[in-house]
Amino acid sequence: MTAFGKLIRTTAFRLTLVYLFLFALFAASLLGYFAWNTRRLITEEITQTVNAETLEITEIYNRRGLLGLTRAIEYRALRPNANLYLITNPSGVAIAGNVGSLAPGVMATRGWSEAAYRRIEDADDRDHRALVRVTELPNGFRLLIGRDLDERRRLFGIVAKAAQWSILIVVVLGLGGGVFVARRVLRRIDAMTGTAQRIMTGDLSERLPVGRSGDELDRLAENLNAMLERIEALMAGLKEVSDNIAHDLKTPLTRLRNRAEEALAMSRSEADYRAALERTIEESDGLIRTFNALLMIARAESGQGGAAEDFDAADVANGIHELYEPLAEDSGLVLQVEAGPARLHGNRELVSQALANLVENAIKYGKPSQDTPDAKPPPILIEARRVGDLVLLSVTDHGPGIPEADRKRATERFVRLEASRTLPGSGLGLSLASAVAKLHRGELRLDDAGPGLCATLAFPALSGEGLEEQSSQPETHPA
Amino acid sequence: MRLLIIEDDRESADYLVKAFREVGHIADHAGDGEEGLAMAEGGDYDVLVVDRMLPRRDGLSLIGALRDKGNRTPVLILSALGQVDDRIKGLRAGGDDYLPKPYSFAELLARVEVLSRRRGGPAEETVYRVGDLELDRLSHRVVRGKDELTLQPREFRLLEYLMKHAGQVVTRTMLLENVWDYHFDPQTNVIDVHISRLRSKIDKGFDRPLLHTIRGAGYMIRDGIR
Repeated sequence: MTAFGKLIRTTAFRLTLVYLFLFALFAASLLGYFAWNTRRLITEEITQTVNAETLEITEIYNRRGLLGLTRAIEYRALRPNANLYLITNPSGVAIAGNVGSLAPGVMATRGWSEAAYRRIEDADDRDHRALVRVTELPNGFRLLIGRDLDERRRLFGIVAKAAQWSILIVVVLGLGGGVFVARRVLRRIDAMTGTAQRIMTGDLSERLPVGRSGDELDRLAENLNAMLERIEALMAGLKEVSDNIAHDLKTPLTRLRNRAEEALAMSRSEADYRAALERTIEESDGLIRTFNALLMIARAESGQGGAAEDFDAADVANGIHELYEPLAEDSGLVLQVEAGPARLHGNRELVSQALANLVENAIKYGKPSQDTPDAKPPPILIEARRVGDLVLLSVTDHGPGIPEADRKRATERFVRLEASRTLPGSGLGLSLASAVAKLHRGELRLDDAGPGLCATLAFPALSGEGLEEQSSQPETHPA
Repeated sequence: MRLLIIEDDRESADYLVKAFREVGHIADHAGDGEEGLAMAEGGDYDVLVVDRMLPRRDGLSLIGALRDKGNRTPVLILSALGQVDDRIKGLRAGGDDYLPKPYSFAELLARVEVLSRRRGGPAEETVYRVGDLELDRLSHRVVRGKDELTLQPREFRLLEYLMKHAGQVVTRTMLLENVWDYHFDPQTNVIDVHISRLRSKIDKGFDRPLLHTIRGAGYMIRDGIR
């Protein structure tokens, strides 16, 4: 498309054309109205003057006869800027007046007419036009009184000229303005388009130019930039995730493959093969678990929470406590629960799993340091309670905790803090808990329990909470 | 037990047919939804194993068509979609159990055996007996020999489930689903700890253990060697 073609296709230019047409129409009709009214006024004035004079002259004729009439006409015809006068006798011959020649047939018809004429004293042989009234006097004489229409024509000419100029000026200014505005807009749009194309080819760090006027284009650019910011962050996240997946899934896959190869090359007995195969199955089960966790996180993060229901966080806390209590005891820890009614809306299964992950972490990493081996360790506490508009599900341990600097990083996928590298785990537990919290418009908070870690899932509470006494009790026998 | 495996992936299907035959079951195979529906209607199978995504007719619609015709053969759905929602959809469509891929054969076998037992099994008994162990579901009393055992509520439900399926392998996932109603996969051995607590209550001090660990699969409660 040529530059001109682009220009005249802009919205600004098209709007200009529409306005231009409207303004021209407006100017033309205004001037037309003015001209028409002026014409009417002039005609009215002429009519009045001629009528009055006709009356006067008829009176003179009635009183003083033909002689008086001709004299009065001759006198009046000599006045500067005189009207037109003509008197004809019954046979149609002019006997007095200042009209040299007249279009034929004018004197024959009585009443008003517009006629071409020439004055006697006119030097040029140009025809003029006049509005004339022919009246019949007694005795067959006819009287013509008229007024030249030059004035009207001249005025009309002025108006027409004014109309021409004004329309020309409107068109020129309008077109010029339109082109100016369109080019200005076009330049900015072109700049935006260019940037957008560079961004599309892969440079996500580019930003659209934002002017200082704060107009609609600037606001649009600002919003698009905010969107780009978000996309860039998401892409960075995605890249990090895929890097992590590549690393954390390829490593066990490589291990798996190496073991299989080693078994093929080294195994001598059936027992060797069996052991190698069992390890392979174990390893692949771990991989499947990692995959499932990743899928679940991805689903939760994309907002697919599955079936949602109203439930009590206390039930979740009691249920998870009941499930993990023996495991904690086996690990030499005490797991306790304090649950008050706290209803929320969401996916009970996902919230349970998130809490289970926190409890598993607490059991795995929450062992107090071994200074006082004989003393009973402080318990790991699972709490469910409602605080204001929030439902809090927290797990507090008394282990080494997470250093403040690491807390934000701890919820990222596959991040396993140095202290935990040696223990089994996928590094996805806190990521999943955090994703589940976000899915429910809540958050995962990691705080210092001094010493220890307090991991809290904070969810928005169900509004209009009804107090249900039994839900605060530990789970009773369901059978 | 007669099984019909409706699975479009040839290799998985062959593996399943072979594996089921090795443990002594009769297994047939159908390669797509229409063929599977025709065979399921014609043959007298104890359990159908249906892949969820099939050519010509998908698994859920196949189950729906069977159920509409009054066929109540137990169905286990296999699916790569393992989320809770997909499971609910599968069960709502008329499936009796749902197993996400990838699965272990031990898990599949255990579930299929439980399903086949469910069909035409005796009406729910109020008292389960395995050897000299007795569990009364109404009075919640558990007695071994002459001793009355004190079980926690959850231990009771765990034992109840195991005894209901006495002589059958019950996997950890099945226990988590049926006793605790959780469908996620704990990363640690929570179930094993519950089992060992239960075991210490019902087997400790008795000559003959009843609660057995089946390596690579799960647990089974039974009286001696079958």
